[in-house]
Amino acid sequence: MKKYLMKGNEAIAEAAIQAGCRFYFGYPITPSTEIIEYMARKMQQVGGTFLQAESEIAAIYMVFGASGSGKRVMTASSSTGISLKQEGLSFLAANELPAVIVNIMRTGPGLGGLGATQADYFQATKGGGHGDYRLIVLAPNSVQEMTDLIMDGFDLADIYRNPVMILADGILGQMMEPVIFKEPEKIEIDKSWATTGANGRKRNIITSYNLHNEAGEEKALYLEQKYKGIKEQEQRWEEYHMEDAEYVFVAYGTSARIVKGAVDQLRKEGNKVGLIRPITLWPFPEKAFIPLLNRIKGYMVVEMSAGQMVEDVKLNVNGAAPVAFYSRQGGITPQPEEIIEKFNNSYHKGGEQ
Amino acid sequence: MGETIFSKTKGLTNTPFHYCPGCTHGIIHRILAEVLEELAILQDTIGVAPVGCAGFIEKYINVDFQGGAHGRAPAVATGIKRALPDKVVFTYQGDGDMASIGTAEAIHAAARGEKFTTIFVNNGIYGMTGGQMAPTSLIGQKTSTSPYGRDSSQSGYPLDFPLLISQIPGAAYVASVSVDTPQNVIKAKKAIKKAFEIQMKGIGFTMVSVLSTCPTNWGMSPIQSIKWLQENMKNYYKLGELKTPEMLNQ
Ligand SMILES: Cc1ncc(C[n+]2csc(CCOP(=O)(O)OP(=O)(O)O)c2C)c(N)n1
Repeated sequence: MKKYLMKGNEAIAEAAIQAGCRFYFGYPITPSTEIIEYMARKMQQVGGTFLQAESEIAAIYMVFGASGSGKRVMTASSSTGISLKQEGLSFLAANELPAVIVNIMRTGPGLGGLGATQADYFQATKGGGHGDYRLIVLAPNSVQEMTDLIMDGFDLADIYRNPVMILADGILGQMMEPVIFKEPEKIEIDKSWATTGANGRKRNIITSYNLHNEAGEEKALYLEQKYKGIKEQEQRWEEYHMEDAEYVFVAYGTSARIVKGAVDQLRKEGNKVGLIRPITLWPFPEKAFIPLLNRIKGYMVVEMSAGQMVEDVKLNVNGAAPVAFYSRQGGITPQPEEIIEKFNNSYHKGGEQ
Repeated sequence: MGETIFSKTKGLTNTPFHYCPGCTHGIIHRILAEVLEELAILQDTIGVAPVGCAGFIEKYINVDFQGGAHGRAPAVATGIKRALPDKVVFTYQGDGDMASIGTAEAIHAAARGEKFTTIFVNNGIYGMTGGQMAPTSLIGQKTSTSPYGRDSSQSGYPLDFPLLISQIPGAAYVASVSVDTPQNVIKAKKAIKKAFEIQMKGIGFTMVSVLSTCPTNWGMSPIQSIKWLQENMKNYYKLGELKTPEMLNQ
């Protein structure tokens, strides 16, 4: 298969088109803008629909309308724009409408800046919008993985009838790497629920409005069950040098790339360290931790936030071993030396904790 | 057996309306449903519900429906129509839904000349939430959030939304009608039919604004409400065909 050298954002857009996405609605924002620009060029060439919406709010509801009509559809934005989409994400989830939403994070809170950050983990994995709902959240750590996860993301969205978010940062969006576009899987998807005109069938109605508490609970229980199923089936993670690891790093996306360098260095210095890299942030890869609980002496989470995923790690380690944390914030990436120093301070100086 | 001279349109389901006595949402639903049947497009139409008193419109009008959030119907309709350009798409929106929280979506759908039809129901108040001030409430009108009457120095002036939309190049047809008399109901139905026909020709955005009553939240009887609409709303809101496709070439 042919190899291309591409920017992460452009690879995302191309992968979406190859996955059969023919509808894109978006609003420009750095550092995700290459996605909307690529779509503006490419959609016309492939006979798709590209529309620059008046806002991220409008864009997400255009996604809603097109998805409800049975189409593969995507939107992309960055942090503050994703905040504007939260109401729509809740509505997509409530109506079980498949869609892929890309967040190329920029710093916050507020308008923030353009540096790489992972500060939207809570927003992506814990709801963000109102009500009890879940997004499937995928966190790539390379341009190649961005394209693979976009393709998988469309399938997951269709299979589970649920919005899927790709959570990445400006470094992944902007950097160029070689990429191969895999042949998208051909899955059979039934979209007989779509509103396409009630011709020869019963009416299809897509709505989340309901004033009866009993029906409300029934719907809530149904969604809860669906999310449990996703949790059971779809946890993904990568293990790096975990075979004999005594200490485990946990990091995703850009942080995980940096941590790999730190793991290599620490191993050279004789430390038995490994890395768990969550690929699905929701569902969080709980299964990765179960076999570790009896043997791991300590964990260390590295994030580009004040500490968000670390809460999920602590929940799953459940007191079995200490969980250290290192981060840089506001657009600064952590350096391998800093990570190593923090690791040594946590687990070597003054004896093992 | 006598000859059947009237039967309920197939455009309406058998579900009884939940609207208050004297509310004109019911009349507007019926003429909209009749138009969809007369144009033989019930099987090809997708409606978009608002958030407001008509938030359950999908229970009554016999077509496929989607319902999004408060004010976002024009964006949802844009997504549907772009996905299914051969289908007929409409939104049905209150004055709070369209002329307040959803202003941006409405204006830009019109600006892009999106080929769907909007039925805009102007009752000068937020009915669903119990009678708060709307952007269309008249000066001096008492509502639960303008308890001393709408004061222009505090809350500005009522917005004539169809008039505003009619100024937009992408809008192909904008009519402002009322359903306060039988003759006007017939006129309103004609306007709605024309809007759908223009949509089906693919000319641009189409909208019919309907002056409506809200006896419950206005605190009046149905008959007093019709009178209030005639004496007050009709003097403020410009009625008639505010934009026709012919005007696009002038
Ligand atoms: C985002 C959001 N804000 C507020 C509300 C509460 N709300 C529901 S309907 C409505 C106003 C409805 O008024 P209008 O659009 O004029 O329609 P009517 O009920 O009068 O027909 C409001 C404020 C909501 N559902 N969602």
